[in-house]
Amino acid sequence: MVLTVIIVCTILLLLMTFVGLFRAYVGPTAADRMVAINMITTKVTTIIVMIALVTAQELYVSVALVYALIGFVTTIGVSRYLMKGKLD
Amino acid sequence: MQTFIDILSSIFIIFGTFFFFVGVVGLIRMPDVFSRMHATTKCDTMGAGLIYFGLIIWQGMTFTTLNIVLILVFIWITNPTAAHYIAKSAYVLKLKNETLEESNL
Repeated sequence: MVLTVIIVCTILLLLMTFVGLFRAYVGPTAADRMVAINMITTKVTTIIVMIALVTAQELYVSVALVYALIGFVTTIGVSRYLMKGKLD
Repeated sequence: MQTFIDILSSIFIIFGTFFFFVGVVGLIRMPDVFSRMHATTKCDTMGAGLIYFGLIIWQGMTFTTLNIVLILVFIWITNPTAAHYIAKSAYVLKLKNETLEESNL
């Protein structure tokens, strides 16, 4: 029963990720795009963990941890570049 | 006991997906950068916490659970920090553009 629930929720999260990609495409300012990319990173991390637990391959959980790290560094770097115009 | 754990875990995962859905609706429908951030960040943090908690209950005490707890603590620390930094960047950018327009006038 819980396997069915996890698979259905994973598919729903995947559809929501594409809806968030719409905002990242049409967003009027760069900050809108950064908000959408931050949300997509959280969703993709959750999707990777759910797929790893459903298919019983626990190695992919570490991949999700690295993905969350890269997303955080990306957000901070792009925001700092937008604010100051340079990266030092 | 196994049925109880399954039902509890399913409830947590369904509620987490609901919170993610509310965040996406806020991201599409809200009119401003700061309102979109307000809708998205809180719903994402809450939804990720609920989904990971449901997965931890379903999985039991294994080494994978420790890894998931690590991801959960990392997301709970970094998601508000990133939103705060984006808000500061958007505010500074908006202020800069407004003063530029005034000086041009």
